[in-house]
Amino acid sequence: MMLNWLLLIPLLGGFAAWLAGLWRPVWSRWLSLIALGTYSVLVLWLWSVGNGRLTPDPDQIWWLQFNRAWIPQIGARYHLAVDGLSWILLALSGLLGMLAVGTSWQEIQEHVGFFHFNLLWAIAALTGVFLAVDLLLFYFFWEMMLIPLYYLIGIWGHERRVYATLKFFLFTQLGGLFMLIAILGLFFVHGSATGAYTFEYQLLLGTSSLIPGWAFWLMMGFFIAFAIKLPAFPLHTWLPDAHTEAPTAGSVLLAGLVLKTGAYGLLRFLYPLFHESAARFALIGMGLGVIGILYGAVLAFAQTDLKRMVAYTSVSHMGFILLGVFAWNDLALQGTIVIMVAHGLSTGGLFILVGDLYQRLGTRDITRMGGLWSLAPRMSRVGLILALASLGLPGLVNFVGEYLILVGVYRTYPWMAVVAAIGLIIATVYSLWMIQRIFTGENTAGWRIADYGRRELTIMTVIVGLLVGLGVYPQPLLNAGRATLKHLQATIASVGPEDGERQDSTCTHGHPLKVDEDNTVYVPEEGK
Amino acid sequence: MFGLLIIVPVAPLVGFLILALMSSHHPSRRVVAAIGVGSVAISAVVTLLIAVAFILSPPPGHVYLQTLWTWIHAAHFSVSITMQLDALSLAWMLIITFVGALIHLYSSEFMQDEDDWNYARFFSYMNLFVGMMLILVLADNLLLLYLGWEGVGLCSYLLIGFWYQDPKNDRAARKAFIVTRIGDTALLLGLFLLFDNLGTLHIQTLMARAVDQWPTGSSLAVTVAILLLGGAVGKSAQLPLQIWLPDAMAGPTPVSALIHAATMVTAGVYLIVRTHVLYMLAPSVMAVVAVVGAVTLVLAAFSAVTQWDIKRVLAYSTISQIGYMFLAMGVGAWSAAVFHFMVHAFFKALLFLGAGVVIARLDHDHDMFKMGGLRKELPLTFWTFLLGANALAALPLISAGFYSKDAIIWDAWSSAHGGPWLWAAALLGALLTGVYTFRMVFLTFFGDPRPFVREHSPMTKPGIRVHLPLVILAVLSVIGGLLGLPKWMGGFHPLSDFLAHVLPPVARVSTNISEGAMEILSALAALIGLGLAYVLVMRLPSFLRRLTAMPAVAALHRFLFVGWGFDWLDNQLFIKPFLWLARIQKNDLVDLAPALVERVNVAASTVLGATQTGQLRWYALSIVAGAVLILTGVIIL
Repeated sequence: MMLNWLLLIPLLGGFAAWLAGLWRPVWSRWLSLIALGTYSVLVLWLWSVGNGRLTPDPDQIWWLQFNRAWIPQIGARYHLAVDGLSWILLALSGLLGMLAVGTSWQEIQEHVGFFHFNLLWAIAALTGVFLAVDLLLFYFFWEMMLIPLYYLIGIWGHERRVYATLKFFLFTQLGGLFMLIAILGLFFVHGSATGAYTFEYQLLLGTSSLIPGWAFWLMMGFFIAFAIKLPAFPLHTWLPDAHTEAPTAGSVLLAGLVLKTGAYGLLRFLYPLFHESAARFALIGMGLGVIGILYGAVLAFAQTDLKRMVAYTSVSHMGFILLGVFAWNDLALQGTIVIMVAHGLSTGGLFILVGDLYQRLGTRDITRMGGLWSLAPRMSRVGLILALASLGLPGLVNFVGEYLILVGVYRTYPWMAVVAAIGLIIATVYSLWMIQRIFTGENTAGWRIADYGRRELTIMTVIVGLLVGLGVYPQPLLNAGRATLKHLQATIASVGPEDGERQDSTCTHGHPLKVDEDNTVYVPEEGK
Repeated sequence: MFGLLIIVPVAPLVGFLILALMSSHHPSRRVVAAIGVGSVAISAVVTLLIAVAFILSPPPGHVYLQTLWTWIHAAHFSVSITMQLDALSLAWMLIITFVGALIHLYSSEFMQDEDDWNYARFFSYMNLFVGMMLILVLADNLLLLYLGWEGVGLCSYLLIGFWYQDPKNDRAARKAFIVTRIGDTALLLGLFLLFDNLGTLHIQTLMARAVDQWPTGSSLAVTVAILLLGGAVGKSAQLPLQIWLPDAMAGPTPVSALIHAATMVTAGVYLIVRTHVLYMLAPSVMAVVAVVGAVTLVLAAFSAVTQWDIKRVLAYSTISQIGYMFLAMGVGAWSAAVFHFMVHAFFKALLFLGAGVVIARLDHDHDMFKMGGLRKELPLTFWTFLLGANALAALPLISAGFYSKDAIIWDAWSSAHGGPWLWAAALLGALLTGVYTFRMVFLTFFGDPRPFVREHSPMTKPGIRVHLPLVILAVLSVIGGLLGLPKWMGGFHPLSDFLAHVLPPVARVSTNISEGAMEILSALAALIGLGLAYVLVMRLPSFLRRLTAMPAVAALHRFLFVGWGFDWLDNQLFIKPFLWLARIQKNDLVDLAPALVERVNVAASTVLGATQTGQLRWYALSIVAGAVLILTGVIIL
């Protein structure tokens, strides 16, 4: 039942905020904050439930689940479940949701109630995506997520918002369609083979091996959907437009959470359901990841619209996720989870920064900025730290993720890691360029702006604190994801008839050495 | 006692945090200086205590480890935040904290002109710099070393671009960060390879396993050594990544002192010495290291001769002196490299700090041709600067540089990995060093004051906080040679004895020339250099002017002046293509595909929309035509 509350709180909170907003706008802000605060407390409570299960137990992978019949005629079930991977994303949803409310405090002044309604409903849909383990239910939440986002961008967006929302909607809708076909394909294959028509994730896991020929195309259905959301090159072009036109809170949700649904889908569904086809597709998947890393980085450098620039850095960073997922070994997968959180925080932070700048300057054109450091030292320092996170400076959490992914990829495809590492250099170029264009240099335009106030500083302190804290101590994040990853890998090993070689490569890689015993300094932390 | 080790890196980091948080509240200068200088001074005192304890009663195995927490543990990958104290890290710690503290003390007065906010900002960056460098040398695993490594790069960026209003400074700062990051990426790839093949990043374990598993000359060892070398040439400003250092002079002068003497550029030397086991497994890469060092030291020395900016002379001299250290490492003279690093830290910090006084006196003008005759006006600066210059030029007997540099020249000749060419390059470098060093001394301090000097009236005299570091560093630049005297002077070498647990001795081949004879040769080279500088600058300046006016010489001069055209080459090879790519791609060509779909749809809707005329006759005709068409189709099929 606890999992239902995670859906109900934002849904009901959304209604309440809408109604309150009709009367007093500020009340809807506070109500949203309270709703998301309660949501976050619940998520934290979930951690205490799951903490005992951080070590993998093949029978009890879910910390908590809720399973009822939904549409019995077709075997669809209302099945919610949470494990370490879902938990991390729920925690991120609660946090970024609150930050999104906080950053809209001044920016959004029209239809305040309806705005928060959409914001909370988007969080609810995202929560559903991260919790659903019935494929039809997952699809339901997947599509539900679009509508509040459509309104968020379409109503409170900037000049070209209609174009952007349409593009966003069409792209993701198209992806969803392919996924629906793939889900139905799995449903019928499993049904006709076993007689049990079901959408249940756990039951469908071995299905793809029944149809070796078709499995690849069903996988492509999922892949297109997730690759669009991620977004992966060359399906990324909706993102810069959507980001540029979205209000700040919309961008935070998009970058921090919506893109993560693509990553989550790859990890949770695509690879486990179609591991053989995915392994065959791995080289292309990783190739697209590497292209995305370099392509996004070069384009980020080329932009003059600050928001567009940050959007392209997202494309670049999401390339790492594609790389990590398709490398599919322990290190790369752990890195993938870390990147999901790291990118949510750092890019979310950058979008908030851009929003704050836009509020002060009324422009996002970096050619008109410059020399803001002495005017707004606090803001500039925050901007610097966010840029450093973006370029992967050790000590900030992004580095941990990128490092683990690259070292994992290096084990299987060294050249992929080598080429991807060039992305780190270009990231340095665009990040420092951004700092130079905004904060240093001369204030030629004669700006006079206020530095961060208490509200903005609080938001940024949370983000920077987490970036640094998790950067020097990422262990909670790694531990939370580990059991899920072990389980996913074990599932594949148990249901898959082949693919043993790739599994091997994650453990020993054929080098004559003993890896685990020799790490003298590690003190085991789990299982205490 | 060794438990205090943690204080050494933490004190400056705490100083950084306090200053960074305070800086927007306009703290008083006195407090800022107390925290900024104090934190590094604490590190220095603790380091001294640890050093004494280490020498009197070394820890078992001559290594002490202090673990704080596990940094990253995922699957079979695990690294921790652990500090490793041994003779090598101790040598570096001593230099970083002591020279660092002196530079901080000097800065507390030198940076007085900045406003409160910038004063605090300056010291926060400086403290972070020292802290990161300490993490770098204390790390017991390569990933933590990499954290310090990148942290140092960040601090150099922040400090070179300290006066950020001028886009030129910011450009220099970015150049430093980006160029070194290219090297860092090579280092990172080296880390991947090491972990992939040896299963750990813990330095001691790595070295042991490498020796175990890799035969000498194995391709893996060679690849790793090359990749790490890539990192080292970036940070240490060696060919081909040396281009950032001369521009790095954009920062305040104490920053240059810190970068060149105590932190940053010596990181590459540290990395290679620290992983010398890998290099000894890859003799071919050691030869590369030696050649890189030899070529860099000569090229940079030539460039130094042509500069007019006093700080750029010193910058090129650093590149050249680090080249000596690379040469030493390349021929397997590990402790000679460390010796020269320490001595170089003393005299290079001294020279920069002295140059800072001169520049401040001349209202921040760096042009040596506007100076002259300053020895009477700034006697203490002059004398200390002269002692530092002696050490840089390695004047015989009276300077520490003589002992450390001649050890390298001798090793370049007598080591099993050495050879006459490397030796000749080192000797040529020694001559050129004499020329550019004393050209700088003569132009700045001798002769009559030029009009520019007289126009700028002296400000307040430098105080004790400026003078004290100069004096201490000058003394060290003279007596530092006691760390390693050559055989014919008694063969007293405490430093290499001290390092003997960490670094192997030089493998020598017997030669028919004695060490003493070699020393005389290199002493002569330095003296000839001095003489040349004297004759050309003091006696025959008109001849020099005529010489440089000749077109061929002028062209050569320009070529050397711009550092052998490496900047131009990089611009053509990398920067321009990148900018071109960015420009043509700005609007994301991939987006043309969806745009095409849109166009087609719009076009189709225009065509079809045109049929919606609203005229009944037209519709009736359409229905009939359609019906006929369908019927024909049905009948035919």
